This record gives sequence, structure tokens and C-alpha cells, in this order.
Amino acid sequence: MSPLSRREFVAAGVAAGTGLVIGFYLPHGSRSGKRAFSPNAYLRISPDSKVTIVVARSEMGQGVRTALPMILAEELEADWKQIEIEQAGASTLFGDQTTGGSASIRTTWDPMRKAGAAAREMLISAAALTWGVPRSGCTAENGAIKHAASGRSLAYGELTEKASTLPIPTDVTLKASKDYKIVGQRLPRVDTPSKVTGEAVFGIDFRLPGMKFAVLSRCLTIGGKLANFDDKESKKISGVSYVGKISDAAVAVVADSVWGAMEGRRTLNVAWNDGPNKELNTAAVTASLKRAASKKSASLYSAGDTAKASGRRITAEYELPFMAHAPMEPGNCTAHFQGTRCELWAPTQVPQDCRDSVAQAIGLDPEQVNVNVTLMGGGFGRRLEHDYAVEAALVSKAINAPVKVIWTREDDMRFSTYRPASLHQLSAALDGAGFPAALTHRIISPSISGQKGQPTPGGVDPDLPDEAGPVYGIPNYSIEYVMAETPVPLGWMRSVYALQAAFALESFIDELAVTAGKDPLQYRLHLLAKDQDLPYFTTTWHTARMRGVVQLAAEKAGWDKPVPAGRYRGIACFGCFASYMAEVVEITMENDQPRVHRVVAVVDCGQVVNPSILEQQIQGGIVYALANALRAKITIEKGRVVQGNFDDYSPLRMEETPVVEVYAVPSTEAPSGIGEPSVPPLAPALCNAIYAATKKRIRSLPILG
Amino acid sequence: MADISFRVNGSEKKVSVSPQTPLLWVLRDTLELTGTKFGCGAGLCGACTVHVDGSAVRSCSTPVEQVQGKSVVTIEGLGANGLHALQQAWIAEEVPQCGYCQTGQIMTAAALLAKTPSPTDDQIMQAMNGNLCRCGTYERIRKAVHRAAGNGGAR
Repeated sequence: MSPLSRREFVAAGVAAGTGLVIGFYLPHGSRSGKRAFSPNAYLRISPDSKVTIVVARSEMGQGVRTALPMILAEELEADWKQIEIEQAGASTLFGDQTTGGSASIRTTWDPMRKAGAAAREMLISAAALTWGVPRSGCTAENGAIKHAASGRSLAYGELTEKASTLPIPTDVTLKASKDYKIVGQRLPRVDTPSKVTGEAVFGIDFRLPGMKFAVLSRCLTIGGKLANFDDKESKKISGVSYVGKISDAAVAVVADSVWGAMEGRRTLNVAWNDGPNKELNTAAVTASLKRAASKKSASLYSAGDTAKASGRRITAEYELPFMAHAPMEPGNCTAHFQGTRCELWAPTQVPQDCRDSVAQAIGLDPEQVNVNVTLMGGGFGRRLEHDYAVEAALVSKAINAPVKVIWTREDDMRFSTYRPASLHQLSAALDGAGFPAALTHRIISPSISGQKGQPTPGGVDPDLPDEAGPVYGIPNYSIEYVMAETPVPLGWMRSVYALQAAFALESFIDELAVTAGKDPLQYRLHLLAKDQDLPYFTTTWHTARMRGVVQLAAEKAGWDKPVPAGRYRGIACFGCFASYMAEVVEITMENDQPRVHRVVAVVDCGQVVNPSILEQQIQGGIVYALANALRAKITIEKGRVVQGNFDDYSPLRMEETPVVEVYAVPSTEAPSGIGEPSVPPLAPALCNAIYAATKKRIRSLPILG
Repeated sequence: MADISFRVNGSEKKVSVSPQTPLLWVLRDTLELTGTKFGCGAGLCGACTVHVDGSAVRSCSTPVEQVQGKSVVTIEGLGANGLHALQQAWIAEEVPQCGYCQTGQIMTAAALLAKTPSPTDDQIMQAMNGNLCRCGTYERIRKAVHRAAGNGGAR
């Protein structure tokens, strides 16, 4: 077998005896040569009853290779033990394959259910025809069709020929949630065994015969361009076979090992034209946000008339810095350019963007570029970019050989795309009882999509409809957005604008509660007391669902009981990606620094597909959010990113990790996002706890400066 | 270039590389043992952790010449007879999310258990604190180490 098939078709489940296999997507037909039943692109049933489910989203740790097949298998009435998983690469069969926006389950819930249900109905028809009995007497169960009256049974594999001849139903009945057997279960993830043995193949692990390794020298100054380079010293390094310019701003050093390429880059003499940003620094970014604040804003949400409300005026400003995703697996991609085609093995959240960008960069049609999706060592939005894929293709074309481009940690930190810095202006008019008769939230932030030249209809960044909606039923309530500009490269980082919006709003609500002399929980519950529908772009937020998560979080945290001596609590809630989230944070203060001991996290995300994966996502989101809140800050000096590795941009470590208790509100609503919604409430809940402890209000992140 | 000999997962290996090459890249590129991961290249994250003569070391910051004549164990050789108790515990507790750091986490934990078969929470925290996990799996790691040690989930 080739290295590709040997490595990628490793039976991931063998070690643990699950029988689950993970492979690359093969677009046509079965491996056995006999006729498989494949009524749609998501599903193939072979004559030996193997059920292959295709996952058209990317696995970056969030469990899609398990959760998405569970949805299809449920409607198919499949035997989970007979399921094989295939990872789709860039395709035209699955619509938009972007993995982001906490959307994988949201956007595949219907297609995966319908794919499974259509196949189930066709298998029932095939069995009924085979037996010459009415369909109504046949049922699908655990990978077989059964005929109760005669006690007969046919496995799905025995029906593939006949089922393949039947018309595909367009209108199928979906199961009621009360009948679910797979959805809602804590099924073990299919990718776990290979990830504890070292067999799992991440992008960085993928190998081709004769493959070279490349690292790139890039200009540290934002927007700088290559002036010239001298490769004499680099070429003295053993194994270095090529040094060459591959773009206006990058020189590739290619060797037969990663270390050789790194040494070749270290010894490269290269000069850059720093360009227009060579004096840029963080203070200038902050100043530009303040200047932009006076610009005309676009309205994101408007209820009543904030200008007409009277009462005591309270205002506050909040600031957030640039942040970097810093996934554990540094950027990388393998490319093999072969004249009229190019194949990639990419750890990517956007295989279709990789395909299209690579095609353009190397002068091929998109159909000539094949993108395979590997496992990712974390994504968090960084792999929504496709720079690594374009680089790999350009280098492969330059050397006419397969190559893997690898980024170092410093490359990842300094050439990332950063969560935008932002400024928030909050103002409220308090009524006689101390509650806001009016509230205005102005968000001043550069736009990720705007910077990338993507549409921003009405001056609104297209992410904001998912990430900056109203929380409370305040009668006069306005959320406004000013699109600022920055030369600092911007990217979508876990929870994107929701992290900013929630920090500002939920800190401010706490300030208002303090001003009113009221308990922060009761203050929020009062603002959520009435059942209200808050329409926001194409979605509607419901105060009842938000009230539900706040109440449950308070109950589970024991808000009505005193905290242990020396401990302090804070609460915050927010909705994003169509999910509702509330968190209670419990801290002590040690040497003027907060130590988080406990977080109670409650989500309402509709139907839960896999509670164990949900718990992982929320625990992980809170650990990620805590690092963001405490110290995540990318600073710019002389046009360059200052931070370089995990010493000056430090993720959370085990000793700082709180106990996280996760609860999901039981629901049969359609599922909503779970990868990101736990992130936004953490920082304000923590800062509100710090206020409870110290009476000091934190209005600028990170907390530790 | 120099010839350097050492044992890897019980087998004698001889490699011909620059003696300053980090052990990580010799394992990954020369010996094709890719279960050991590159995370930071500076000994800050622990993704590259292997055992050298029984001790957990950061292979990204260990020149290969330093393991001349020594015995190296990687994740591929940890479970000499099937899965190591820690690997079983990692599966039982469903620890991995992206999974990238987990082989390094397991190697660090294995070195801990070899010396401290029944560690307390504090001992686990001290041993594991140098291993970063960006997915935030620390709580399940703690439980899995206890499980492998036969402590149940005790804190």
C-alpha cells in the first residue's frame, strides 16, 4: 500500500475494539466492487452491511466525526457498530463545507437526518418488495428491516441491490425526538483511540514518498515586502535543496528534513522593505479606535428610542486587545503539484477556499485542485485562512515535487490573523428603580470580512448577526457598530465578536446593578422577567430561554447561599450562534490576582446530540476563555507582533484550571451552536467576581495587563 | 554529520544526522515516528515529550547527540503489550479533543506513574503543569491519571 493508504486507512478503532474505521472520502462506488447502495453523497451501504457515513466538515477537536454521523445513523436506524466514517475533502456535493461559526451541527442537522431517513424508507421498500408484503408491516431496526408478522429479517447489506433501483423519496418523515436511540447518547468519539496511540495523522504527520520540507522566511513588519536575499550560507546546510522567492513577501527554504529547512532559514540573509507600517504600534491602534468612535454608526438592533428616555445617565468604555488563536499544531500543509493538477493534504476549516485560492495562485482551474482534509491539532478559527495551503502549492510548483510547508510556533504567533481589537461605549438611563429605561452599546472595531474585501452590507460585518445580539428586553435599546480600520491582519477567533460584546455589555450590566444597589443575579432576572421575543437580523432571541439558563446557573452555583469565606462570585450571560449561555465564576484573590476555582456553566443549545462532546466543548471553551481574559494580548511595536511563543503568549495551564460544571437545559428545539457560546460570558463573569472581591472594575482586557 | 546510535522503543537505531539536530526531528523525520509532536520548539508546551532512560524529556530541545547510547521510548512504544494503562484510561475518560498534545501528556503522565504509582492531585498537577492543552482537557487528564493509578476519580 502507498504511504497514504497505509496511514490513513489505519483502523482507528482497532486498539479499543470499537470496529470504527476512519478513511478519506472516495467519491465513487464501494471498495468491494459489488453494488453499494448510495442514495446520497453522505451515505453508502455495502453488500456486507458496512455503513459508510461521509463527514463534510473538518475535525479540529470538536467531535464532528462522531456527532454528525450520529445524526444520520439515528434516522437510518443503523447499527452504530457497523458505521465507518469517511472524511470528505473539498467537494461540490455538500454545499458550503466551512467548519466554523459553531455551525457544523446547526447546518447539517437537516441534511444528515433527511439523508438517513430517505435511505431508511428505501430499504423498507426494498424489503417489502422482496417479501411481497405491504411496507406498513416492515420496520427498520438496528441495521436490518424486520417483518413482524412473519418474523423475517434482512440486513441492510442484503437489500443494497434492490434499494438502489428505487426512486429516492423527496418527502420523508423524520423521527420524533422521544424515539431517539443514538442522538442524545454519550457515545465514545470515533477518533479517541488513534489519538492516544499516536496513530492519528494530523496535517503535520502526513507523508508522501519523496516529499520535501519547507519553512518560509516572511517579513516581520506588517505589509513589508522582500528586497533581496542571499542563500549562500543556507545552501551549506546539509539537505537544503532549494531557496527561492515564492511571493512578494516570502522566501522558501526547502530541505529533506524539517530541521534542515529551519537551519537553512536561520542562516538565510534576507532584507525587507518594511513598507508603510514600520512605525505602527499598539497605542496607535487604540488611538485609531477612539478616533473612529465619532464616526456614524450602523444600527444592529434598535428597540424604542434611546434618545427620548430620561433618568440617571451612566456611561462606561471597555477595551479589548488583539488576540491570537495559537492552536497546538502549528500551520502546515502538504502539496503535490503535477503540471495540470495539484493535490493537497490540508489541516483546514475551509477546504473549498483552499481549492479555489490554490487554483488561482498556481494558474489551474479549481477542478484541477484536489484538497484532502486531515485532522487538525486545533483550529479556533486560524484554519479558516488558507495562507498555508497557497504557500505549499507555490513551493511544490517551484520545486516540482511534493512538499510540506511547516510553520514554527513563532511563525504562527507573528503571522497569524488576530481577533480584532475593539472599543465599546456603553450608556444607560436608569429609571427610578435603578433599571435601564434605555441602553446603548456602540461597538467600534475593525471588520474581519471588511479587511478581507468580503461584502459588509450596510456597513455591518457579516459575523455580527450571530455574535452581538440583544440579551435583555430593555424598552429603549440600541446596538450600534462603527467599522474601524487597521493594517493588522484580522481573523475569526473562537466566538469572534461575541467575546467583545459580552465583556462590555455584561460588565456594564453589573455596574448598573451596583449603582442600583441590587444583587447582580436578581437585577438580570428582573430584566429578563417578561417573556419577550427580540428579533435580531434573521434570528430571534427569547428572554425566556435566557432566563432559563441564568436561573439554572444560579441554582447550581448555590447563589442563594453564602460563598465560602474568602471566595467571591460573579455571573454573566450571553447568547451567540443561536445558543444561550450563563456562567457563574467563583474566585479567591491571591496577591491581587484572581484564582478561579469553580465555574458553573449552563447552556440552552436545543437538542443535544452527544452530551460528552458537549461537556468537552464547554469545559474547553471556558479554559480557552480564561486564558483570553487573564492574559491574551498581542501587541505591536514598530509594525511587528511582539509575542513569539508560549512564554510571552501563554495558554492556561493545569494549575490554573478551575472545576467546570456543565449543565444543558433539556430541549427538543433544533440544535444550535456549542463550540463557541461558552467563551463570551467567562470574562465578564470573572471581572464581576473581581469587582465583588475588590470593588475594582476592570474595563480593559486582559485582566493581568 | 555524525553517526549516532541509541535504542528506540527497544530497537537499536543508528542515524546519520547533524549531532545538534533535536531528537524530535530525528524521531519524526528520520525514524518516521510521528506520534511525538512539534508544538513550540522551545520546551514550553510538552507536546514533544518522550522518555530517555525512563525520564520525561522535551525532545524538541534535546540534541540527538545527548541520547547516544541511551534508551528512548515514544508513544508508539509505550504500551509494549497492547495499550498502556494510561492510554486505556485516556479512552475511558474520553480525554482528547483535537488530540494533538495528548501523546505528550500521556508520556509525561507515564513518567510520573513510574515513579509515583498513586499520585495526589497536587503531584499530578506538578508533573503535568508543563504540558499545554489548548482544547482545555486538563480536568479529564487529571481524572484519567487517577483512573490509571487505580485511585478512582479521587481528588
